[in-house]
Amino acid sequence: MNDNLQPSGSAYFITKPTATPERHTLSVLVDNEPGILARIAGLFSARGFNIDSLTVSETEHEKGRSRITVVTVARPRVLAQIKLQLERLVPVYKVHDLTEEGQSLERELVLVKVASKGEDRVESLRLADAFRAQVVDASIDSFVFEITGKSTKVEQFISLMMPLGLVEVVRTGVVAISRGSAKM
Amino acid sequence: MSKKMSGAEMVIKALRDQGVKHIFGYPGGAVLPIYDAIFQQDEIEHILVRHEQGATHMAEGYARSTGEVGVVLVTSGPGATNAVTGLTDALLDSIPMVCISGQVPTPLIGSDAFQECDTVGITRNCTKHNYLVKKVEDLAHVLHEAFYIARSGRPGPVVVDIPKDVQFALGEYFKPTKQDNHQTYKPHRKGDLGAIEAAVDLMLKAKKPVFYTGGGIINSGKEASKNLRELTELTGFPVTSTLMGLGAFPASNKQWLGMLGMHGTYEANLAMHDCDLMICLGARFDDRITGRIDAFSPDSTKIHVDIDPSSIGKTVHVDLPIIGDCNFVIEEMIRLWREKTSQTKAAKISDWWSKIEEWRDVKSLAYVNSDEIIKPQFAIQRLAEATKNLDTYITTEVGQHQMWAAQYFPFEKPNHFMTSGGLGTMGYGLPAAVGVQVAHPKATVIDIAGEASVQMTMQEFSTAVQFRLPIKIFILNNEYMGMVRQWQQLLHGSRYSSSYSESLPDFVKLAEAMGGKGIRCEDPAKLDAAIKEMLDYDGPVLFDCRVSKEENCLPMIPSGKAHNEMILPDTKDIGNVIDEKGKILV
Repeated sequence: MNDNLQPSGSAYFITKPTATPERHTLSVLVDNEPGILARIAGLFSARGFNIDSLTVSETEHEKGRSRITVVTVARPRVLAQIKLQLERLVPVYKVHDLTEEGQSLERELVLVKVASKGEDRVESLRLADAFRAQVVDASIDSFVFEITGKSTKVEQFISLMMPLGLVEVVRTGVVAISRGSAKM
Repeated sequence: MSKKMSGAEMVIKALRDQGVKHIFGYPGGAVLPIYDAIFQQDEIEHILVRHEQGATHMAEGYARSTGEVGVVLVTSGPGATNAVTGLTDALLDSIPMVCISGQVPTPLIGSDAFQECDTVGITRNCTKHNYLVKKVEDLAHVLHEAFYIARSGRPGPVVVDIPKDVQFALGEYFKPTKQDNHQTYKPHRKGDLGAIEAAVDLMLKAKKPVFYTGGGIINSGKEASKNLRELTELTGFPVTSTLMGLGAFPASNKQWLGMLGMHGTYEANLAMHDCDLMICLGARFDDRITGRIDAFSPDSTKIHVDIDPSSIGKTVHVDLPIIGDCNFVIEEMIRLWREKTSQTKAAKISDWWSKIEEWRDVKSLAYVNSDEIIKPQFAIQRLAEATKNLDTYITTEVGQHQMWAAQYFPFEKPNHFMTSGGLGTMGYGLPAAVGVQVAHPKATVIDIAGEASVQMTMQEFSTAVQFRLPIKIFILNNEYMGMVRQWQQLLHGSRYSSSYSESLPDFVKLAEAMGGKGIRCEDPAKLDAAIKEMLDYDGPVLFDCRVSKEENCLPMIPSGKAHNEMILPDTKDIGNVIDEKGKILV
């Protein structure tokens, strides 16, 4: 019966892990009480779970609720634990695994500063246009582009800017919502 | 509109409305208004401790022996940080506790004020939930919610941090309301009936079943223990329990296998290893229980009943999870079993029982007694014999003596054994005994202690003297941190690094200096008389029981090994049993 055993961090798991880690996006609806972010972040660090990205903001002001979007990479059994441990926190209202529960949309907003001259500068502008990135600041020798999209898209854009004078990048982290009319 | 009152008065009113009769605490600058409110009433008795850690363990002992919420009151800064060990202990052992802490006034928060610490930050990961109350308008609601969260679902500790200006501020008090409609916190009480029925079907088919019970049965209330007895009688299945569950099933029952796990009996561990159906009721597959996890009960179907969904599948794959309160699930199991069959299972599983009897015949708890020196196992057996007709509550510290208490003291009733299981806190037992005695003034309360552990919270003996609590501290004194020494023998070539208890106090004189009675016994022949003297004395006693120094606590599943690879009392050369992989484990 222990064939599908996976390590959970206990030293008593001498078996080798078999399943591969998966990237999941969790949407956590919480009471917007002081310290809620510390509770969530503390849970992840205390139990050795990964956080790839985390965003938080109040979404339902009149009810005092916030939505936290966490992107995590874990093996299936650890993922199940992450969800259950999150649900155990008193101010957590609901936890949804958007990756598991069907189709969802993911977006990230990124600001990319590029400093270059000549052909590189023109090329960066051309690529920005192709990626539908906006120029939100410009000087003689620099641009700041704003790009929105899935993490894979913005990562590709960033890597293309690398040789064209990339100075710095700032990312909001992933926000996600399910497709269709259903409410979380 | 009702009359306004101060935050401090509100605290006392809320405690009263929650049915609190005793609180354990220590005053300080940031809780003076609450202490002033305590002074002006006499419904709630305040037990003044000597150190805040003591207060938390007292509250744990109080809570575990009564099923009520234990209440602690501490000041800001060091008061709160001293409480952290007890809060963590209560979290790991699922003990309902509310800890009220004072805080510097709100305008000073964050300024590194005198005796300021980030109490909610520090206790966030060692409580079930915590609050910083910044407005007196929120206070009554928060206090009632704290009690609800502490006692419902899987119980645990809750901290309410109250700044001093909020204690002085005037506001309106609200009586507790029904909390079932809490917006986000909804404990699962009832198990899924379909799953319970599936469990009963598995139980009816099982040839080699075992009940593996834990502290959840005790937390579920006295009814749960009663129903467990009925269910086992109905099914005829064998029962084993974790350390935290001892007493839920009577040790005198012939279906009892003894405790399981690292220092469990041979029959309990082998039954767990070889069973075809494991019914886990309110336990959490802790590493002390499972041993090597990839070899844990390899051929069994596992049913896990737990009120906390996150306990299920955490360490061990479970085939049939049932999320719900143990008592509810057991009651349903009884009902469904009765519906489905009128026969008891005993005949069908007689082969299994004969196998278990073979394991029992190994007598894994046997030890070589002596006429010259008191063996610790013998001391506990004599203590059990002397107290068997009394209403006896046992607490322990942590280490060899704790395991010997679990192995050799027969527990018959729930809520009568208080020990630090999950966190393994040395120094738990003496203050826990104080808490138990406060709750049960007429009962016999004994802390089975070790000479090393007991020194960690020794000062609380003085609390017992002050409040005339006749606790008995029965120290198995082997002049070693016995379990540390045993592991050094097992793993580190008997190099006893820092595990010898040097410069021990004279416990008899120490007891007398603190206003209690001290007794010393070194002779097995005089032990019974000395125990009688201890029990007859109407006041706190420190009993210095000098026992054999290098006795090992056996049987034992060594780290990194499976249930069927136990060290038995006759195993030779135990220094070579554990392999390299096992040595990294704790």
